Amino acid sequence: MSRLANCPSCGAQVQFRFAQAVQTACPYCQSVIVRTNVDLEKVGEVAALPPDPSPIQLYTEGIIGNKAFQVVGRLTYSYEQGFWNEWHLLFHDNTTGWLADAQAQYAYSQLVAPPSRLPAKGKLKRGQTFHWPQGEFTLTHLTVARYVGFEGELPFATDGRHEETVFADLKSPTAAFATIDYSEDPPLLFMGRIVTFDELQLKNLKMFEGW
Amino acid sequence: MQAPAQKPAVRAFACPNCGGGMELRGFQHTRSAVCIQCLSVLDTSDEKIKILQKFDNRQRVRPIIPLGTRGKLHGTVYEVIGFMVRTITVEGTQYSWHEYLLFNPYKGFRYLTTYEGHWNDVVPCHGLPAAATAGGRKAAKYLDRTYKHFQNAMAETTFVMGEFPWAVKVGEKVENDDYVSPPYILSAERDNKEVNWSHGTYMTGAEVWSHFNLPGQPPPASGVFANQPSPHQGRVGRIWKTTLVWLAIWFVAVVFFGISAQNKLVFDQAYRFEPRTAERSEASFVTPVFELSGRTSGVDVEIRTDLANNWAVFHLALINEETGQGFDFGQDVSFYSGVDSDGSWTEGSRSESVTIPKVPSGRYYLRVEPEADASAPAVRYQLQVRRDAPHVGWLMLVLPFLLIPPIVVSLRSASFEGARWAESDYAPSSD
Repeated sequence: MSRLANCPSCGAQVQFRFAQAVQTACPYCQSVIVRTNVDLEKVGEVAALPPDPSPIQLYTEGIIGNKAFQVVGRLTYSYEQGFWNEWHLLFHDNTTGWLADAQAQYAYSQLVAPPSRLPAKGKLKRGQTFHWPQGEFTLTHLTVARYVGFEGELPFATDGRHEETVFADLKSPTAAFATIDYSEDPPLLFMGRIVTFDELQLKNLKMFEGW
Repeated sequence: MQAPAQKPAVRAFACPNCGGGMELRGFQHTRSAVCIQCLSVLDTSDEKIKILQKFDNRQRVRPIIPLGTRGKLHGTVYEVIGFMVRTITVEGTQYSWHEYLLFNPYKGFRYLTTYEGHWNDVVPCHGLPAAATAGGRKAAKYLDRTYKHFQNAMAETTFVMGEFPWAVKVGEKVENDDYVSPPYILSAERDNKEVNWSHGTYMTGAEVWSHFNLPGQPPPASGVFANQPSPHQGRVGRIWKTTLVWLAIWFVAVVFFGISAQNKLVFDQAYRFEPRTAERSEASFVTPVFELSGRTSGVDVEIRTDLANNWAVFHLALINEETGQGFDFGQDVSFYSGVDSDGSWTEGSRSESVTIPKVPSGRYYLRVEPEADASAPAVRYQLQVRRDAPHVGWLMLVLPFLLIPPIVVSLRSASFEGARWAESDYAPSSD
């Protein structure tokens, strides 16, 4: 697919950093643009995101393990404790992942095939364990969240994401981390680990006055 | 295209309860804040500020580190943005500790907790600790370290100031379990929904004062805190290792001196002493001459008697026939026995021996002068002289000096650990 296209709403040139991006926002007219095959389709207007205290922003760069990435998109959810961001990471080898950022605690994960059948939403219980090849995971937090908005490029379209979604967070003794995302059926499994701000070696961060 | 760098606007608003002006330091992370003037707890999660809880005239607590103070921990600047007092009740007594919420917009949140002058630097756990046992007791394992369970208690939030990234409330209770492996502490906080684990590292008041550049002196630490590192940690093992080496050397020395000694019998003679006639006839006499050969070494003189409920003193001299040089010595011998309500008993010994160290070779004789109670019956005795006697008595004197240091260190360490665990659920006196 082409990396360059024109906004179906205003005609401005839209550049995709992620070749497989499905949804982006026109930087000029703030239209939400969804790519279907070769066509771009305007599906709505970008909703204003809430003020964000995160130091990460679009095009922040960093390193996970030994792979360099750039932030190309962001999803924001609201939940009981406020908002959290899922930063869409594009690695230099064209693979992607997600960096969750809630109250400046960071967790990296990527979509994986579930090693075993994931429990149905109603069968989730805190404390239940999953013995997977990647480690023993325990369900520690159950979060009901609502999609708030996005910016940048996403690998899927967000239209229709207005229902509350259940996220089950899993942790292992060795700081491995997993999330079961019930926004789709069957649910999606993301797996990774808790990371520290320092190890990400982030560049192009937001500046905070006085800090 | 570069997104413009924006700083989150400092939020300023008026307290809906008292109208006092407020400014938030924790950016949009802050979900609740406490009015400095009226101490109402406010919900700041929305544009419209709501009152969560009004202050109920409980006693104000002054944080010893003022809100807004900045300090450096692990190379990162943090700002104190929240303060809370948490209280547990153990056997009817309330114990309160203070928690400071620290914030850095990049690194996030951490806590400084303090009790009786002891401090801890606390962060959320990244991994999930696993249940374990240590020495038959409850424990937790986290990142290859085992933490012994220290205390279970219900912790109630009893006072709040500043701002928090969650909806804080006075009166809120969580079940708290502490596990220790000095200098670390692992805490599990359980509410009716979830368990949150945190990991603390012991800090002294002096360290906190220096990191936060605080004026004056930190409050002195009293007692031993749960995860306070012992000044004796590691020393007990080290000193016993050193002592074992010395004991081995000592043992080799004892064996060497014992084996290398010939202990050759050079004189053996039986005598009879009649105390009743000792006044009239001279009791002192000399023995025949005997040869002490070989290197300069010890001489053992053994006196064997048939004393029964009596005593005798032997004044002896070992004299060199050629030079006249003498070694004077004396030895008491006493032996008593009987039967009383506890059964039969004995005291003393019928035989005694004296070792004279470093006697040069030559021809020697003994001058002997027994002495006893004038009314005592006759005493039969035998004198035996042995050349090159094992001379290890001085080595026995060394032994306590080898053992005292490790025993003292072990006792001090045990007393420190005793003071630590006396404050736990596992104190010897409590159930």
